[in-house]
Amino acid sequence: MQKTFDYEGQGLNLNVKMDIEDILQNLKDYRPRRRGWHWREMIPGQKLGPFEYQQTSKGLEQSQSLPAAKFFGGIDPQPECTVTSEIASGRFEDDLRRMRMAAYHGADHIMVIRTAGQSHFDGLIEGTPEGVGGVPISRKQLRATRKALDLIEDEVGRPINLHSYVSGVAGPEVAVLLAEEGVNGAHQDPQYNVLYRNINAVRSFVDAAEAKTVMNWAEMAQIDGAHNANATAREAWKVMPELLVQHALNSVYSHKVGMPKDRICLSTVPPDAPPAPALRLDLPYAVALRELFKGYRLRAQMNTKYMESDTREVTVTHTLNVLLSRLTSADIQSTITPDEGRNVPWHYNSIHAVNTAKQALVGLDGLQDMVQIKRDGVLGEAVRELKERAVLFLEEILAVGGYFEAVERGFFVDSGCYPERNGDGIARDSKGGDGFEVILRANDYFAPVCSHFGDNHLPEGVSEPCAAIGGCTLCHPEKIQYIDELDAEDNANRRLAESRPFRTEVLRPEVEWAGDGILSMTLFLPTDERTARVAALEIARQMGWEEAEVIHYQVMHPAEGTLVEVKGKLKVKIDPKTLRIPPEEKHLSPETVRQKISERPLTVVAATVGEDEHSVGLREILDIKHGGIEGFGIKVHYLGTSVPIPKVLDAALEIGADAILISTIITHGEIHRLNMERLHQLCVERGVRERFILIGGGTQVKNELARAWGMDAGFGRGTKGIHVASFLVKFRENRELARSKD
Amino acid sequence: MMGEQRVDDFAERRQHLAHLSEDELEQRFWVLAGQVVDPLLELARTHTTPSIERSVLLRMGLDSSTTQGIVKQALAKGLLGHGAGHCVWRYAQLKGLSIEEAGTQLAGGKGWEDLEGYFG
Repeated sequence: MQKTFDYEGQGLNLNVKMDIEDILQNLKDYRPRRRGWHWREMIPGQKLGPFEYQQTSKGLEQSQSLPAAKFFGGIDPQPECTVTSEIASGRFEDDLRRMRMAAYHGADHIMVIRTAGQSHFDGLIEGTPEGVGGVPISRKQLRATRKALDLIEDEVGRPINLHSYVSGVAGPEVAVLLAEEGVNGAHQDPQYNVLYRNINAVRSFVDAAEAKTVMNWAEMAQIDGAHNANATAREAWKVMPELLVQHALNSVYSHKVGMPKDRICLSTVPPDAPPAPALRLDLPYAVALRELFKGYRLRAQMNTKYMESDTREVTVTHTLNVLLSRLTSADIQSTITPDEGRNVPWHYNSIHAVNTAKQALVGLDGLQDMVQIKRDGVLGEAVRELKERAVLFLEEILAVGGYFEAVERGFFVDSGCYPERNGDGIARDSKGGDGFEVILRANDYFAPVCSHFGDNHLPEGVSEPCAAIGGCTLCHPEKIQYIDELDAEDNANRRLAESRPFRTEVLRPEVEWAGDGILSMTLFLPTDERTARVAALEIARQMGWEEAEVIHYQVMHPAEGTLVEVKGKLKVKIDPKTLRIPPEEKHLSPETVRQKISERPLTVVAATVGEDEHSVGLREILDIKHGGIEGFGIKVHYLGTSVPIPKVLDAALEIGADAILISTIITHGEIHRLNMERLHQLCVERGVRERFILIGGGTQVKNELARAWGMDAGFGRGTKGIHVASFLVKFRENRELARSKD
Repeated sequence: MMGEQRVDDFAERRQHLAHLSEDELEQRFWVLAGQVVDPLLELARTHTTPSIERSVLLRMGLDSSTTQGIVKQALAKGLLGHGAGHCVWRYAQLKGLSIEEAGTQLAGGKGWEDLEGYFG
């Protein structure tokens, strides 16, 4: 089905699948070709198609634009901010293909979530074991991913940032690994260890200084972990004062370690979602944050706290999140897949999330040139109050004796709006938790490497730390030790051997892993919710689905009906070689059409028929200014809308037209079919069927069906004037050819 | 361990902030944040951890399993405070070995008596 491709010295071919096995070759010798974070290059006043944009960046060489772009010349404006896609299904080798899709739609920040439990793993994971809820981050996994992203960024023409996590009990080692392997961004926040992972607080801060120093060498963008307080606290909107404090502690700690402010990114999430009055609560917080943290960067995340299985509801919330970004600012717009509330994100939902961000960001382009935040009044009062509450929080941390004491007393993630306290905060003993092994450095403490934080006593005769060993891996990457696999069973090569047929020979539906066979359907059942859910599963069973599961249901009315979405597995294997795929219709070039029409003129009569007032689609096929058939020299007599079929035929006969174009948009009661059949029948009854070329058009019209209903052709959604003009010329020629043979 | 409960006493608690300008309030925020983290930075400057030491050994060109072996033993022998990298470098100097050879030997349990003797 797909050719394999050798990447040595070559790039990807847009029409050929990535060869994952090939990417995994020669990883021992792979080195990342650059390091550091890449921000998009903003181009103010950029002209694209008929528009001028104020907040877009350099465009992509190859990309997929939004569906509506076809009305605007196919433009694909790229917002000026970075757009994130979180991709981690548990099998990184399957994620690489999704990364390619996400980049093609406009993501340039690929965030790889770690497998469950990696933050407690005291060391580095090697090889490519399968993950749960994420991917085991290892040298091999990072190398293969970075190598694939090199190819992908060349395909789209924009650098892509690879991102993972440097929190957890092995932070410094993971930081070195990420730095060595050209990872461009990472989460690092010791508070995350302390509060959510119960890793010893002292160790977390000591480790963090080293990890941040290494990340800084690699010029990574750092994202903090404050957003987790939103997701954890019972009433997310009340933790705003604490969020300001958490952001500040990690930011100022990082800055004092040596990171420049413009690579320290605050991870901020609008805490609310409708039906809460979300913007009224979230906007003052967003303003307070941006005023306090001038000079730092903002990573705007989408809300996950109040989302469940309704992807439509989630998409609206996320659109409001982007509105907030545009009303204030965002350097990185992160995205959450609309299905995260119901399953491990599926391929196309990752893409939907990227497009939600792109669509909303571009749609709100230049908003602040016209709309200004009313800084005085209720918003200003709320901003001031948040700042004061945050200052009071810091004062009390110092009053009780410092950070560790505050953590022991459960100051953090309390659901009260500070200084209110509900007593439900997360309290941690600074002598407890995982990994309490913090050791005082001796007077002769020495670390013979670069990018090391803190006291380092160079022995006599040693001028630079790493000179003692002839250079460290940061200076001499050839010294990096590469381990391929440690587990002969649990590795990517094994999994790829199993999934290879589904990537190269046969087709099976896939949402997560190659060959997983997962598919879903949406159905409406005219009954109550409980009956509907059970009936939906029975329908799936009768369709031959395995492991069917209701992933979403919504009451339309308690008695009248329920919307149900079901997923299941279908172990089909379709061999594309056995499919009868009709050859693509080749249309004549505009020049040829013009030439043929000028040699032999052609006249058409066109109308929207029946009780149908739609005219736009047909006008676009006809009008010269829309690239319609008039532009090729075809004479057009447009009769208007809601024209009865007999009148159309009368006009065609009177004018002496060569063809009749009828447009039927409305399809209720099969009205489009009836109109086409009627026209054909009437022509036959009057003995003029052979005189005319009959064409039916409309958004729901299919060529095969239109022909079955008596037309010579049908044209549906996406049709352009050239398609119709080309058909008319070719049909006329073919018909004459056939007649001359008779 | 649970935290204490408290009603919202913001109105009284904020009295000393009420007269501050917006700039003064923001400055106070950053001064206080700096005061909270300064002692933490001091701890980081003067302390080390097994993960920091393994990260040093990685940067010296040792693989991850070798770093585990060395740090575990350095911790058990009470030598981690001198630096695991220091141990490897010193042992390589004492025996005329490459860093990789010295690391492999120490990870395998050899040479610790020499280091205990040296660091005393």
